[in-house]
Amino acid sequence: MSAFAGLLRKEWLHIRRDRRTLLVVIFMPIIQVILFGYAIRTDVSGIRLAVVDPSPDASTLELRNRFAGTDAFRVVRVLPNAGALDPLFASGAIQEAILFDGDFGNKLARGLPARVLVVVDASEPNSGSAMESYAIGVIQSYQRDIATKGGAVTIVPEARMRFNPTRASSNLFVPGLIAFVLTIISALMTAISLTREKETGTMEILLVSPLRPLEIIVGKVLAYLVIGFVSVLLVVAEARLVFAVPLQGSLFLLLAEGLLFILTSLSLGILISSRTSSQRVAMIGALAGTMLPTILLSGFIFPIESMPWPLRLISNAVPAKWFVLIARGIMLKGVGLEYLWPQTLILLAMTVVLVGAATRSFRIRLA
Amino acid sequence: MTAPNEVAIEARELTRRFGSFTAVDHITFDVRVGEVFGFLGANGAGKTTAIRILTGLLSPTSGTARVAGHDVYTESEWIKRRIGYMSQKFSLYEDLTIAENIRLYGGIYDLSKDAVRDRMSRMLSRLGLEQSAGTQVRALPLGWRQKLAFSVALLHEPSIVFLDEPTSGVDPITRRQFWELIYEAAARGTTVFVTTHYMDEAEYCDRISIMVAGRIGALGTPAELKQQFGVETIDELFVRLARPTAGAA
Repeated sequence: MSAFAGLLRKEWLHIRRDRRTLLVVIFMPIIQVILFGYAIRTDVSGIRLAVVDPSPDASTLELRNRFAGTDAFRVVRVLPNAGALDPLFASGAIQEAILFDGDFGNKLARGLPARVLVVVDASEPNSGSAMESYAIGVIQSYQRDIATKGGAVTIVPEARMRFNPTRASSNLFVPGLIAFVLTIISALMTAISLTREKETGTMEILLVSPLRPLEIIVGKVLAYLVIGFVSVLLVVAEARLVFAVPLQGSLFLLLAEGLLFILTSLSLGILISSRTSSQRVAMIGALAGTMLPTILLSGFIFPIESMPWPLRLISNAVPAKWFVLIARGIMLKGVGLEYLWPQTLILLAMTVVLVGAATRSFRIRLA
Repeated sequence: MTAPNEVAIEARELTRRFGSFTAVDHITFDVRVGEVFGFLGANGAGKTTAIRILTGLLSPTSGTARVAGHDVYTESEWIKRRIGYMSQKFSLYEDLTIAENIRLYGGIYDLSKDAVRDRMSRMLSRLGLEQSAGTQVRALPLGWRQKLAFSVALLHEPSIVFLDEPTSGVDPITRRQFWELIYEAAARGTTVFVTTHYMDEAEYCDRISIMVAGRIGALGTPAELKQQFGVETIDELFVRLARPTAGAA
C-alpha cells in the first residue's frame, strides 16, 4: 500500500511543480464560468436607435419619449426622412430605426391603422431578433395605454431585417469562423512549430548559420501564411456554395483584410513561442491566449453589445473582434474601406505592434 | 592548408555573467588552425556558455574573442559563414530524409546545386549510407545520426567546427568511428573544437583545456598535463580539478 501511496504522492508532486499548467487548470474554469455567464446573454441594452419622423406631432413625440425612456434604447438620431439611414446602418452608427408614416398622427387620431416601420440590423441574428421584439413591445405598450384611455387606435408595426433578411445564423458564423480558422492555423501552428525547433535543437543550428533572425522567422511563418490564406479562400467558397452566405462587398478587400489578420495571429504565435520552451506549453498558451478570446470575446458567437462593460473593454484588445467586424461589414453589409477604415486602422496598428514585439522577442533570445 | 601556428580561435579574458552568476570568468586561450581542441569541464562549469559565445549565439559581457580571424562582437555574420556547429541536442530534422537535410543545409550556406550533389554523394559513400538517402532521419540509429549530423556540419567546409558533446549516449564502437571522422576533418585542415565527458576521448585531442567553475583550470597537451599534475590519466586529473567545486555533481 505504501508503494501505491508513493505513486499518488509523486503524481501530486508533478502537478505542483508544473505551476503554469496548474494555474491554467484552476483558473480556466473560473474564468470560463464568468465569461460564459456574462457573455451568453441575448438581452440587449443601449441599442443605437434612429427615429425617422416626417411630421412630428404629439403622438409621435410621445412614442419617441417612450423609446428614449427605456434602458434598452438610446435615440442617437432623429431624422426627417429615411434618406440618411443607409450610411448610418452601414457604418454601424445605428442598429435599429423606427420610421413613422407621414400621416401617422393623423391616422391615429382618426382611428385608422397608423403604420410604423421597424428596421433592424440583423447581421447578428440573435440580437437582431431581440432588438425587433423590444421595439415592437414598446409600440404595443403605447397602443395599450391609449386604448385604456378610451381611444380605439391601431398601430401597425412592421419589421424589416437589414443585411440578413432571413436571419440565417450561417451568415453570422462564417465571418467569425474565418477569424477562428486563421487563429488556429496562424497562431497555434506557428507557436508549436517554432517551439518544436527549440525543443529538438534545430533552432540553434539555424541561429548559428548565416541566416538572419528575420529570415529565420519569415522563412518559418511564410508557409503558415500561405496555408492560412488558402483556408480563407476555402471557407469563403464553402460558405458561398453550401450555405449561400452572401459576399456583398469586395472579395479583394476581404482577402487583404484576411492577410492582415493572419499577420496579427502569426505575430501572436511567435510571441507565445518566445515565452515557452516546450510544445505542450506553447499549445496551452496558444489555446488560452488566442483561441478562447477569439471564440468568446470577438462577437463571433456572443454579441459584444450585451456583455458587461469590463468584458466589452477587454474585447477591444482582441484582434479577432476587429476582424469579425470588418468581415461582417464586407460580407453582409457590402461596405468597403470608406466605413471600415477605423477597424482596419486598429487592426493594422495591432499588427505593427505585435510584429515589432515578436521580432524583438526573437532578437532578445539571441543576445 | 594553413600554416600550423596560425590561430583559429583567440579568447582573451572572455567573460559572461547572467545577473550575479558568472558562467564564464575571464578565460584566455588560443586554438591553433587544424588542431583538435578538447574543451572539458564538469556539468555547469561554463563549457556550453563559452561555445555559445564563440558561435555567436550569445554576446560576451567583457573580454575579447576572435573566431576565424573575426571579432565576436562586430563580425558575427562573418564568423557564422566560417564555422560549423553540432549542438548538444540533435541537429537534424527527423521528419526530413537524409538527402533533404543535406540539401537544406547546402541551401542555408549558399552552396551551388552541383556542389551539394557532389559533397552529398561523397559524404554518403564515406558513411556507407548511399542506399539510405531517401530514408527519414528518425529511422536511423543514434550513432548513425550523430555521424551524419557531424558530416552535415562540415558540408560547407567550415574552417572551424564546434561539437558540443557529440558522442553522448553513443556506443563505444560508434564513438571510435566518430573520432575517425574528426581526425579526417582535422587532416583536411579543419579546426575541431569539441566538448566531451569521455576522458578516453580527451586523450585523443591534440590539446585540452579543463574548465572549473567558469575558469580554465588546466590547458595543454594530454601528455604535458599528466606530467605537470603528476597523474596517470586525464580522468584522474579531471576529478582532482573538478572535485573542490563539483560538489553536487
